[in-house]
Amino acid sequence: MKPAAGERTPLLQADALCVRFPGDASGREALSQATLELHPGEVLAVVGESGSGKTTLLNCLAGRLAPRSGSVRYRCADGEWVDVHAMPERQRRLLARTEWGFVEQQAAAGLRMGVSAGANIGERLMGLGDRHYAKLRETAQTWMSLVELDAARIDESPRRFSGGMRQRLQIARNLVTRPRLVLMDEPTTGLDVSVQARLLDLIRLLVARMHLSAVVVTHDLGVARLLAHRTLVMREGRIVEHGLTDRVLDDPQHPYTQLLVSSVVTP
Amino acid sequence: MRTSTATPERSGSDAQAEGYNYAYLDERTKRMLRRALLKAVAIPGHQVPFGSREMPLAYGWGTGGIQVTAAVIGRGDVLKVIDQGSDDTTNAVNIREFFARTTGIATTTRTTEATVIQTRHRIPETPLREGQIMVYQVPQPEPLYKLEPRRAETLGLHAVEEYGLMNVKLYEDIAQWGHVETTSDYPVRVNGRYIASPSPIPAFDNPKMNLMPALQLFGAGREKRLYAIPPYTPVQSLDFEDHPFTVKTQGEACALCGCTTSFLDEIATEDGATLWTCSDTDWCEQQQAIRPTEGEPR
Repeated sequence: MKPAAGERTPLLQADALCVRFPGDASGREALSQATLELHPGEVLAVVGESGSGKTTLLNCLAGRLAPRSGSVRYRCADGEWVDVHAMPERQRRLLARTEWGFVEQQAAAGLRMGVSAGANIGERLMGLGDRHYAKLRETAQTWMSLVELDAARIDESPRRFSGGMRQRLQIARNLVTRPRLVLMDEPTTGLDVSVQARLLDLIRLLVARMHLSAVVVTHDLGVARLLAHRTLVMREGRIVEHGLTDRVLDDPQHPYTQLLVSSVVTP
Repeated sequence: MRTSTATPERSGSDAQAEGYNYAYLDERTKRMLRRALLKAVAIPGHQVPFGSREMPLAYGWGTGGIQVTAAVIGRGDVLKVIDQGSDDTTNAVNIREFFARTTGIATTTRTTEATVIQTRHRIPETPLREGQIMVYQVPQPEPLYKLEPRRAETLGLHAVEEYGLMNVKLYEDIAQWGHVETTSDYPVRVNGRYIASPSPIPAFDNPKMNLMPALQLFGAGREKRLYAIPPYTPVQSLDFEDHPFTVKTQGEACALCGCTTSFLDEIATEDGATLWTCSDTDWCEQQQAIRPTEGEPR
């Protein structure tokens, strides 16, 4: 799964991102000097303990949270570089629903719980001007089977789906416009182990098949090991270690990473 | 209240209520409203916030419409007020009386004679002409409200023209019922840009809004929003390519005038049968008047 030749140019570049939450009187930075690059077809895992700034980094990359300093640059499908935080809201939203996907930790936050599964998958397409009901439905059914959901349940509300099914529906809803970059915030947290394993398998399959680039935030080193080409370790808002996943997990250099790796519970 | 004479009835013109400003609202409030209305007309379908005042009737009874009417009504105007198409329902009678007393202007029940028509739930069957103003009473001006209750979020959606959500609602209707089940307050796209709520008029009336020669003003008192559709503005009802928007008639004839093309009300009678009559009472009277000469039910 190494990036093909000719795709050496990165897809996403973050440069010295700093975030400080306005209410924080201590002046502590939630994210400090975060610099990273993501290449096409590459999966990057961000690991670290709770409160280490993983989700803040992800929100910052997605353009949802404005950094105090630093920049996020993205290379669009037409090859043009854009500054995620400097571009107009309209363009960013368009980008977010065409070339990007965002998988939330809580599926309920990423889905419209009031409408059927089919409508959830079709929303992005309708936003892009798709106005043919039968085709929308066909696409929705195709995607439901791709993420291993029963296509016959297309008209059911996601409220009647289990946690794992909701998460898979959320993934389908994001991938339907064939994005180039998917940001995932703890996609497997809160699911039981067997469901987690199946979901990870699915994500790995889809990422490889669609040649997606992804940033996966997780506190589970197993997820990083399974999905990611490269891993980034965060602590107290800083990126403390950064390298190929196998290298980081098998030969951790930073004391914190060593602690993290050694504290994994193995049955 | 129905007039049989051709001339507008001059009700209480000599007895304009004392102690009140013309059309109840003070001049500064009316100026504020007019300023908002000008902006609304300049951006068809866009919701303009305004400082809604407390009116001497409860929210939900047309406080928005009444304020818009008060802002635009002049001494030479002739007012018609309808509620569900009828001129003699409580809401219509009260609002008409209110303006007759606070302005002393003429009121009418004839669509053709009116210059300002305040309405709830209907557009008159008689085609409107240039120079007339339709004022709609709107309970919920935000068409996206049912899918996205956060006002700040919907503002953003309107601004960036992100309207996939609106079609989600129609999709959902077709998925659940096989057709679009929204029969009133059917969302429209104004001038190819903003999606607006046409107020709870039946979908039957939606096509009348398209390229209407009259000016259409919408007022939502509780929600404090105004919007407008200027004359001859394209207004499309949203739909899918394979499920186009269609108007459904009830397939009955009016029991009073025989009209089959107007929007009908279903009235239950004592013996359990149903009686269909025109919801637009003025139209029904017109049809009854011309029917004997034509001899055929229309």
